[in-house]
Amino acid sequence: MTDMASTALLSIRGLSKSFGALKATDDVTLDLRPGEIHALIGPNGAGKSTLIGQVAGWIRPDAGRIELMGRDVTRLPVHRRARMGLGRSFQVSSLALPISARRNVMLAVQARLGSSFRFLRPVRTDRRLRDEADAALARVGLSGRADAQAAELSHGERRQLEVACALALKPSILLLDEPMAGLGPEGSAELTRFLADLKREAAILLVEHDMDAVFALADRVTVLVQGRVLMTGTGAEVRADPAVREAYLGEDG
Amino acid sequence: MAEAAARIGRPSREAVANAVLALALLAAPLIALQAGEPYYVNLSTRVAILAMAGVGLNLALGYGGMVSFGHAAFFGLGGYVAGIAAHHAFNYDLFMAWPVELEGTNQLLAIWPVALLVSGLAALLIGAFSLRTAGVQFIMITLAFAQMIYYFAISFPDYGGEDGLPIYTRNALPGLNTFDPLTFFLVAYGALMLAIGFTWVIMGARFGAALQAARMNETRLATTGIAPYPVKLTAFVLSGMITGLAGALFADLNGFVDPSMLSWHRSGEIMIFVILGGVGRLFGPVAGAALFVLMELFIGQWTEHWMLVLGLVLLTVVLFASGGLMGLLAGKPRHD
Ligand SMILES: Nc1ncnc2c1ncn2[C@@H]1O[C@H](COP(=O)(O)OP(=O)(O)OP(=O)(O)O)[C@@H](O)[C@H]1O
Ligand SMILES: [Mg+2]
Repeated sequence: MTDMASTALLSIRGLSKSFGALKATDDVTLDLRPGEIHALIGPNGAGKSTLIGQVAGWIRPDAGRIELMGRDVTRLPVHRRARMGLGRSFQVSSLALPISARRNVMLAVQARLGSSFRFLRPVRTDRRLRDEADAALARVGLSGRADAQAAELSHGERRQLEVACALALKPSILLLDEPMAGLGPEGSAELTRFLADLKREAAILLVEHDMDAVFALADRVTVLVQGRVLMTGTGAEVRADPAVREAYLGEDG
Repeated sequence: MAEAAARIGRPSREAVANAVLALALLAAPLIALQAGEPYYVNLSTRVAILAMAGVGLNLALGYGGMVSFGHAAFFGLGGYVAGIAAHHAFNYDLFMAWPVELEGTNQLLAIWPVALLVSGLAALLIGAFSLRTAGVQFIMITLAFAQMIYYFAISFPDYGGEDGLPIYTRNALPGLNTFDPLTFFLVAYGALMLAIGFTWVIMGARFGAALQAARMNETRLATTGIAPYPVKLTAFVLSGMITGLAGALFADLNGFVDPSMLSWHRSGEIMIFVILGGVGRLFGPVAGAALFVLMELFIGQWTEHWMLVLGLVLLTVVLFASGGLMGLLAGKPRHD
C-alpha cells in the first residue's frame, strides 16, 4: 500500500477547532485523492462548513495539520492557498455583487495569470481575461448571463457563478459547500453530471445534503457528527452502517 | 471625457457630465477675467486644488472603501513641505546639516516630488497600521494619526507652531510666472486633470479591478487568490500622495501654511467633497468641491452659519441622492 499522506492532494490530520465550549471540529483526519469526489455529510451543525473554512484558510484550527499537495499550509493565508490551486464555493455565496458575472470570473483569471499590480493596461479590452472568463462561464452554463450583474442572478445562478470563478483558477482541488442547494431537481441533475465530469480535472471535497447526488457522485463518503468523523467509506458501506443510519440517515432509512 | 474616447459611439451620460464639469472649471477664471473680477480666478484655483485633495481621498474612500478621516495629514504635510522649503530658501539657511546638507528651495519642480514623497511615506506608515482594522476602528485610527501630526505641528516652534509659516514669495516654476493668478490656476487645473486621468487609468487596469473588488467583497478577492491588504495599502499610499500634492499647491495659493491644514476639520471637508460629489465617481470631488466653495462664498456672505446650510445639503444628498451630485447629473454608475 502506498503512503496515503503523500499521494493525497489534500490531507487533514487530527484537526480540531472549538468555539467556546463547542467542539465544531474534533480530531478530524481525512484525505482527498487525485481524481476522486469525497463527500462530507452530516446533520446540520455537524461542523462541515467549519472544516471547509479551515481547509480554505478562513478559520485557524486549534490543533492539527492541513497539507496541500504534500505541503503544510496550516498557517498559510487564504489567497496563498487559492494560488496553489484550491478553488472554493461557499454555502452562502460570496461574490462581488455590483459587477457583472463576467467581471467576477475575470478577477479569478487575473489572479491566476499573475500580478494584480498592473496599473496601465485596461481590463475591459483584455481579450485573454475576457475569453478565459467566458469559457469558464460557458462550462457552468452561464454564458447567457455573462453581462448580468451578480446581484441580479438567482441563488442557483450565483452558485454556478462561484463554481465558474473557482474553475477559472484551474484548480487541482475544489471545495464545494452545498452546491446543489436552491437548484431544483433539474439543476441538481445537471450539476451532478457536470461534477462527475469535472473530477477528472480536480479532486472535489463535496459537502451536500442531497443524498441522491452524494451517492451518485462520491467515491468515498465521510460522515461527520458533532465535529467527529463517524466513519469514512464507499457510498454502499456508509449506507449499510447501522451507526450512520442511527445518527444521520435514520429518518429515510 | 476620457471615457468617451475609449468607447466608440455615443458617450455615456457620465462622460458628458465630466466634460461639462472640466470645461466649466476651466472657463470660470477666463470669464472672471473678462468680467474684470480677478478675485474669482483665485477662487477657481481654490476649487481645483480642493477638488484634487478630494480626488486623492476618493481613490481610498470611493474606489477602495477605506473611509479615512485623516487625509488632512497628507494635505498638511504637502503644505508644510512647500512652506518649509520656502522658509529656508527665504532665510538662506539649511533644512538640515547632517548627514547631508539640505537647503531650502523655491523651485516647485523640487518641492512637488518631496511633497509626494513625504505624504506617500506618511500614508504608507498610517495605512500599514490602520488597514489591519476595518469599519469604525479604521476611521478612528486614521483620525488619531492625523491628530498626532496636527499637535506635533502646533507644538513644534521652529516652523511657526500655531501661527504657521508664511510663504513670502510664491514658489516658482521655470519659464512660468506663478504669481500670475491665471497661470497658477492653469498649473493647479493641470495637476487636477492629471490626478483624475491617473485615477481613471489605474482604476480601469487590473489594479483597479482588484481594489474595487476589495471594496465590494474582500472574501471574494482573497478566494480568487489575491491578497486584499497590499492592494489596499498601495491605493492608500497613492491616495495620500495625490492629496499631499494638492496640499503643496494649497500652501502656495494661500501664501502660508498653518496647522489648520492638518486639523480634523480639514479631513472632514475633504470627505464632504467626496460624499457631496458622489463616492467613487471620477469627477465627484470636482462637483463636490465646487459646490462647497460656492456655498462658502455666497451663503457665507449673508450668514456666518453657512455650515448649517451645508449640513442640510449634505444630509439631503446622503438621504435622497445616494450617488451625490454626480448621481443627479449622470445617474447610476455603470459597471460592465
Ligand atoms: N464563528 C462561529 N462562532 C461560534 N460558533 C460557530 C461559528 N461557526 C460555526 N459555529 C457552530 O459550529 C457548529 C458547526 O457549524 P457548521 O456551520 O460548520 O455546521 P455545518 O455542518 O456546516 O451545518 P449546515 O449543514 O447547517 O451547514 C454549529 O453548532 C455552529 O453553530
Ligand atoms: Mg454548512
